[in-house]
Amino acid sequence: MKEKTTSSLLYLDGVSVSFDGFKALNSLSFIVEPGELRAIIGPNGAGKTTMMDIITGKTRPDSGDVFFDGGKIDLTKKDEADIAQLGIGRKFQKPTVFESHTVWDNLELALNRKRGVFATLFYRLTETDKARIEEIMTTIRLTHRRDELAANLSHGQKQWLEIGMLLAQEPKLLLVDEPVAGMTDAETAETAILLREIAKTRSVVVVEHDMGFIRDLGVKVTCLAEGSVLAEGSIDFVSSDPKVIENYLGR
Amino acid sequence: MLRFFLSTLLLMLSLAAPSMAQSDPTSLFNALGKADFKQAEDVIGQLAASADPRIVPALQAFGEGDLYVRKADGAVFIAKPAGADLALIDPVTGASAGEAPKSAVTKIKVNNTLRRAIRSALGGLTLLSPDRAVRLAAAQAVLQSPSAENLELVEAALAAETDKQVKARMEEARAVSVLASDRSVEEKRASIATVASLGGREAIGILMSVSANLDAGLKPDVDAAIAGIESKLLFWDMGQNIWYGLSLGSVLLLAAIGLAITFGVMGIINMAHGEMVMIGAYSTFMVQQVIRSHYPDLFDWSLAIALPVAFLVTGAVGLVIERGVIRFLYGRPLETLLATWGISLILQQTIRTIFGPTNQEVGNPSWMSGSFALGGLTITWNRLWIVLFSLTIFFALLALMKRSAFGLQMRAVTQNRRMASSMGIRTPWVDAFTFALGSGIAGIAGVALSQIDNVSPNLGQAYIIDSFMVVVFGGVGNLWGTFVGALSLGVLNKFLEPSVGAVLGKILVLVLIILFIQKRPRGLFALKGRAIEA
Amino acid sequence: MITGFLLRALEGKIIIAAAILVAIGLLVPALNLLMPPESALHIPTYIVSLLGKYLCYALLALALDLVWGYCGILSLGHGAFFALGGYAMGMYLMRQVGSRGVYGDPILPDFMVFLNWKELPWFWHGMDMFPLAMAMVLIVPGLLAFVFGWFAFRSRVNGVYLSIITQAMTYALLLAFFRNDMGFGGNNGLTDYKEIIGFNVQADGTRAVLFALSAIFLALCLIIASGIVRSKFGKVLVGVRDAESRVRFLGYRVENIKLFTFVVSAMMAGIAGALYVPQVGIINPGEFAPANSIEVVVWTAVGGRGTLIGPIIGAILVNVGKSYFTGAFPDLWLFALGGLFIFVTLFLPKGIVGTVQQYLARRKDFARAADSDGARTDVKTEPAPAAAE
Repeated sequence: MKEKTTSSLLYLDGVSVSFDGFKALNSLSFIVEPGELRAIIGPNGAGKTTMMDIITGKTRPDSGDVFFDGGKIDLTKKDEADIAQLGIGRKFQKPTVFESHTVWDNLELALNRKRGVFATLFYRLTETDKARIEEIMTTIRLTHRRDELAANLSHGQKQWLEIGMLLAQEPKLLLVDEPVAGMTDAETAETAILLREIAKTRSVVVVEHDMGFIRDLGVKVTCLAEGSVLAEGSIDFVSSDPKVIENYLGR
Repeated sequence: MLRFFLSTLLLMLSLAAPSMAQSDPTSLFNALGKADFKQAEDVIGQLAASADPRIVPALQAFGEGDLYVRKADGAVFIAKPAGADLALIDPVTGASAGEAPKSAVTKIKVNNTLRRAIRSALGGLTLLSPDRAVRLAAAQAVLQSPSAENLELVEAALAAETDKQVKARMEEARAVSVLASDRSVEEKRASIATVASLGGREAIGILMSVSANLDAGLKPDVDAAIAGIESKLLFWDMGQNIWYGLSLGSVLLLAAIGLAITFGVMGIINMAHGEMVMIGAYSTFMVQQVIRSHYPDLFDWSLAIALPVAFLVTGAVGLVIERGVIRFLYGRPLETLLATWGISLILQQTIRTIFGPTNQEVGNPSWMSGSFALGGLTITWNRLWIVLFSLTIFFALLALMKRSAFGLQMRAVTQNRRMASSMGIRTPWVDAFTFALGSGIAGIAGVALSQIDNVSPNLGQAYIIDSFMVVVFGGVGNLWGTFVGALSLGVLNKFLEPSVGAVLGKILVLVLIILFIQKRPRGLFALKGRAIEA
Repeated sequence: MITGFLLRALEGKIIIAAAILVAIGLLVPALNLLMPPESALHIPTYIVSLLGKYLCYALLALALDLVWGYCGILSLGHGAFFALGGYAMGMYLMRQVGSRGVYGDPILPDFMVFLNWKELPWFWHGMDMFPLAMAMVLIVPGLLAFVFGWFAFRSRVNGVYLSIITQAMTYALLLAFFRNDMGFGGNNGLTDYKEIIGFNVQADGTRAVLFALSAIFLALCLIIASGIVRSKFGKVLVGVRDAESRVRFLGYRVENIKLFTFVVSAMMAGIAGALYVPQVGIINPGEFAPANSIEVVVWTAVGGRGTLIGPIIGAILVNVGKSYFTGAFPDLWLFALGGLFIFVTLFLPKGIVGTVQQYLARRKDFARAADSDGARTDVKTEPAPAAAE
């Protein structure tokens, strides 16, 4: 296995991928440090979701390096389940929870325990696991709906439940795709607080269109366009960049 | 020749007949009445040597077992049944010689050796006939039963021959005879080349049969000639296999093309698709019934009339199914699969109730019957028409999808339903008519398949799995994929068949497709990209 | 570990259902054997065999439900596993015929003598040993499911595509088993059995025991299935059905989960087939027909997929209906079956049991809503995790 000497948690270098001639990513380079909270913005088709697909092993890059955990692990050699077990959690654009399970069961399934067939077949809920689930439910403010089927939750609650499931996974890196889409202003503000709280113990990458939300987060911003990085820096720096204004904000 | 004289001598002695009489055909025929098989063979040789064209009918009659000897005087006649009695005909003059009861005559027996001798004698005799067709047939006859006896005759005929085609055939006949004769090695070598140019299994047969009596020096020539013919045969066999494969492929294409629309474009799993084909075939049957009883002259037009009828009938059935069941199940492919399976059971049972469970007789119009040869290929007209027909349907459909306003709407709806509907396209009706179109095309396929398959209520069942395999193999949502998929599966099937048998070949193809789908889950012509997500 | 699994499996209604099955499994044979024929309570032997057949179908439907109802894999080829289990049993029964066959060959079954075969094909060796034959009942369908599933699930063949290739699988097997040189009796299949582990297959007593075994195995498989779906594994399974990519991104190996379930299900189908064959007295390639496998789907759908009792009820109801229709109005049966397919998918997507459950759950919800309205102070509800069943 190739190794890279880097202190960063996630390291993408020169990553390209194309679908039927369309270059979704064009030699993209991108680094996330341990404990960092990073926001990504960019117009539709800039390659934000494709980048997440590459990191989580859903899509294989045509060329380029993708390393995780200080350059120790080559992610292009792993599949989704491996990468999830390595400690990369992913929240989809559309909230994806197990609708026919209760909130509790959703979290129980996400809990970072042995995931083999027989381990799950004979699994018994321990006191520590119970405590952990309770703790996460408090974090995502869903304790009062623990026995509710996920299908009956509101849209915002589903988003939170999904974030909670990612927490239960205890990842080192959390990829969050448009967490506040379709949320009320109050929910959006709460989500910003929630994400900052989470980022205290792990790295988080947030893709979002909502500029107000990103301002609330107050972190380093990367702007993608046409499959590569356009600008990087504080929100004020990026949003005053003429290229960013032309490509994204100005539209 | 020497053998001839000797045997004639022997014959003369054994029959103790005046030698002069032997050259006279009538007495030769009469000698047949008393001869055993061996002697009869010699007599036939003498008759042939007489080169008298009058004896041809008698020899033919002998070959067919119509030569009889009259018990009273030993005279030989051609006898044809005339009521209870037999009409006797003089073998040489062809004049009627009255009638005789069956008990008064005895049939002269023939065996295969004699038949061969007769054929070759006839070949020689008719080579000089004034009738071109007869000469051609004679040359052919000599070709098929090579013997040295014919050689001089053939050469004489060849010298006199003016017709190009007959001459060519005679050259071949001569070559064959040369090989059976004691001519020089050089002449034989040239003849081997001539025979080899004939090609086909026949030439191999001739070369094999003569090779035993040939000089050892000619052996390599014969072997090379046979090898040459065999490789050519292999080539034509391959061609024939490809043709069979294309023919099967076109049938698959016909069956699958409607499915390529309902499944490939709309994503509807229509398990009743096979029944649409079946209904199309029954529509053809009904049209033919009406034509048979009311307008028998129009029978050759029956398929042309059945096409629009089948299209409209199955299209209407499709419309009803879409409006009645499928539209409630959009976005639930597995449920659609089950519901349409239920529909297929109902349609089958309906047809069974109306027409009964047995096969219905659907006739082939005259232009669909028979076959013709193309090089070493045999091509039947019905298969050729079906290949052409399926190609026509395919390209017409392609044009409809790519060029017409309806095709544009159809593609718009399948790509982005909400956007299409906000542009003013009536999406429910586009759905309904797309499904009706797919069903209608299945019906048209049924018209064509009624010509080569049994028209029974189970007709559709035979095609449904194959059609799905074709669409899935080719790549869903891609008409060209269906096209390539159908033809390549057809050819693959026909190439596997000779070595492993039809059933095992089909199983192998199924297994290969199962493995293939697992390698490329989206088929041959799959679209790649983020947009496609199950 | 196992006790935890069993305790979960036997929760609630499952223990009642299993008990009822075992009770039927004992009661029906008792009424057949102990009651005098003229008694109103006497059950004739042919009814016992018929009911036994229904129980085998119920087990097959349960097996299908495990993969379809809980894992979302619509297999249109489960009839193949059933038939393979049946053939394994059929081979054992053929070997037991011995020299009592028409041709009297002590080793070769009649059809082989008829085909002029001189010796037993390799895969027939040892099939006269009951334990080996019974192992084959599990191994052969399990192995086929393993190989097939290993390829299919790894390359993520999903949804309708998977359904179509499972159908192609059973179709290919149908064609193969029709061939005489496969060595399974071709068209006619395996029939004319004489005895099973020394008992006459035709005898009332044997039939009664076979019926009881069918009921007991059904109960056993029901408990196993219940244990599976109530474990964490079962919850993951439902997760795969509802949001496969979420399960994958949580770090579970979806292909292993599917493969395990598919293999367990195929083995259950194999058991069903093995119990079916001695009761109906024949196994032939017709059992591989794709139409048979689809019929199993409709039994499951009628009863309610995603419930454990549903497929059992569905299989029995539809088959009682089938027996009635094919007897009384043979021409109408296919209309009825076709109509049932359409009716269930359009109007009863959750099936009988699922619809009843939904109704009960809704009533409970209303009651609870009323409760919590009345006592707003107590927001907490009982922490017991609700079971899917």
